[in-house]
Amino acid sequence: MAAPVKSPVDGAVPAMQKLTIGKALNLGLRAAMEADDKVIVLGEDVGKLGGVFRITDGLQKDFGEQRVLDTPLAESGIIGTAVGLAVRGFRPVCEIQFEGFIFPGFDQISSQLAKLHYRTQGKVKVPVVVRVPFGGGIGAVEHHSESPESLFAHIPGLKVVSCSNPADAYWMIQQAIDCDDPVLFFEPKRLYHNGQLKSEVDTTTPPGPLFASRVVRQGTDCTVVAYGPSVKVCLDAAEAAAEEGRSLEVIDLRTISPLDLAPVFESVRRTGRLVAVSEASSESSITSEIAARVQQECFYSLEAPVLRATGFDTPYPPSKLEEHFLPDLDRVLHTVDRAMGW
Amino acid sequence: MPSPEQWTHPEPGEGPAAQAAQPSREQVIAGLRNTDAGGAEVTQLLTPEGERIASPQFDRYISDVDPEALRGLYRDMVLVRRADREANAMQRQGQLGIWVPLLGQEAAQVGSGRALKPQDMAFPSYREHGVAYTRGVDFKELLGIFRCTDHGGWDFKAHGFHPYTIVIGNQVLNAAGYAMGQKFEGRVGNTDGDGNPSSTDEATIVYFGDGATSQGDVHEGFVWAAVYDAPLVFFCQNNQWAISEPTERQSRLPLYQRARGYGFPGIRVDGNDVLACLAVTRWALEECRHGNGPVLIEAFTYRMDAHTTTDDPTRYRLSDELEVWKHKDPIERVRVHLARSGFADQAWFDQVQAEADAFAADLREFCFNMPEPPPERVFANVYAEPSPVLDAQRDEYLSYLAGFVEAGER
Repeated sequence: MAAPVKSPVDGAVPAMQKLTIGKALNLGLRAAMEADDKVIVLGEDVGKLGGVFRITDGLQKDFGEQRVLDTPLAESGIIGTAVGLAVRGFRPVCEIQFEGFIFPGFDQISSQLAKLHYRTQGKVKVPVVVRVPFGGGIGAVEHHSESPESLFAHIPGLKVVSCSNPADAYWMIQQAIDCDDPVLFFEPKRLYHNGQLKSEVDTTTPPGPLFASRVVRQGTDCTVVAYGPSVKVCLDAAEAAAEEGRSLEVIDLRTISPLDLAPVFESVRRTGRLVAVSEASSESSITSEIAARVQQECFYSLEAPVLRATGFDTPYPPSKLEEHFLPDLDRVLHTVDRAMGW
Repeated sequence: MPSPEQWTHPEPGEGPAAQAAQPSREQVIAGLRNTDAGGAEVTQLLTPEGERIASPQFDRYISDVDPEALRGLYRDMVLVRRADREANAMQRQGQLGIWVPLLGQEAAQVGSGRALKPQDMAFPSYREHGVAYTRGVDFKELLGIFRCTDHGGWDFKAHGFHPYTIVIGNQVLNAAGYAMGQKFEGRVGNTDGDGNPSSTDEATIVYFGDGATSQGDVHEGFVWAAVYDAPLVFFCQNNQWAISEPTERQSRLPLYQRARGYGFPGIRVDGNDVLACLAVTRWALEECRHGNGPVLIEAFTYRMDAHTTTDDPTRYRLSDELEVWKHKDPIERVRVHLARSGFADQAWFDQVQAEADAFAADLREFCFNMPEPPPERVFANVYAEPSPVLDAQRDEYLSYLAGFVEAGER
């Protein structure tokens, strides 16, 4: 971290609040905008409408049209102008409406956003955050349910993170905005307004650094690692496994690039088994990277090969079929069974 | 120069639908290439023969260009051309991996570059060595890109000259964002104590070619700059060729006319006329600084050499065309004008040439002695914040390399 996360203005946010992920992101954005007037939000429909998921709700009303920009409808334009604004000294936070629409902006992300700092040997900083709602399970039409995060993790110069709970949502978005490097911020869209996840958020102290994984449930039989929307699936699976007397350790990756695998290695050395879970297709994905690195670091500790429960190597299917595509509680438990049976 | 009324929307009955049939292919090409001196299509202040043409609209933008200033512009162009030719030769001698020649575009680059104020920012593509020179970037600092020792590391803030951008059109959007920032910071449309325009107001200029106008990013840059009234001058150097593709492969109508579709002024200037480029760019920058929003300038010029040193123009264009453009040379017309007006004599021209030769020799010596970047440079500055992962990769690789040193293999 370049600088400590700034606390929101006194009185702006109560110290403890029960929040959904969506509301936590909204308040996190608000806190970042209050702390630094160079933070600006831009994207399609982020102003009056508050974004299609209402994550930017009320921000334009309070901060004005020069801090919350309703942009023309073009993703390359959103990212490309954000790069220029960052060169000028702003800290732009772009909203991409759905992950399936990010590809017109892929050129600007990979050619300019990721490389300007390296190209200029540090003379140009581009502290841009690109917020991307991602993942399935919302019964949507095509291009609204995908998980393209590994495409960005493969690009040097970018940082990629994903939150899975309200406290992380509130703090990670602020830490990402504070980061002097470009950050792709993947948000689990199906959990935005999930009431089950609504929980107390301490708005006075961040729960830890941004680029760090975290053990979110301790266990002894098998390690399960996931990020974003799959973390809840794995926690529910661990709960179900416990009823059958099986103890799963669950790790929330939180950071996708750089990967923080030290907690995973430490855990695997204790459990001897690892199941990696993600909605993304398995080939050349984050779970592939985890498997490669764990076998490299924990070869003598492994009792079974690293197994994966992921989306299939197909385009995202029509959503009437998504229950088959998405790794759910049963598929996670089945994969754990296979690991345990080795 | 069309009047502001012409930027308004056409009345019913005046619009395209009310006009004649579609132009034929021949008419399209003729329109694209209409550069008759004094024609409605092009702003020119100095003819290829060195005659100064009066311009009610633009003369006031170069009223400060006295003989000394004109000699300065001539000197700029001669030095830039000489350095360009030296770099081209050094590529041929294997000292540079590639060179991107600007031969023929000296007036467009020097004229527009000299129009900028220190507080302005320029976003180049990768052929703007002449603009770089006017912004105080040492030609030597450009060489690293082409000798492949770096990606261009000059101090962009100090010079007001952004790094080169190689992906066609990307920089147009980046410039639009930067110009939006200037506007958001209140750096346009101010007045001083006497009610005159403030001397500290800012603008941005972005350079791109005729080929780039087909890119989505350029279209989006036009849209963004227009809807946010960004203080951005779009400076299109139409050098007639996008590698092997002529302008008619990019457009049916003269490029400057596209501006109207986006709702801001567009103007075609003789890109081989340094005075016209200077005047028109100053006008456009002033429009921006006043807060009137963006302007498109199409500098109508010609790429006298190859696209890059890897290109072979003889495969796709006629030498006749080159011969025609030789008569429109941007430097020769200024030379003739200076000589005829008695502003410079042969001794002075010889002195400038000697200076250019020394400039090139210095460049050559520097190039031959450029240090090789050390291997750890591969890992440097990927991120602004510390990266333990990359540090570990670097250290592992360096110790691997050290093994070769110890074994005496390097």
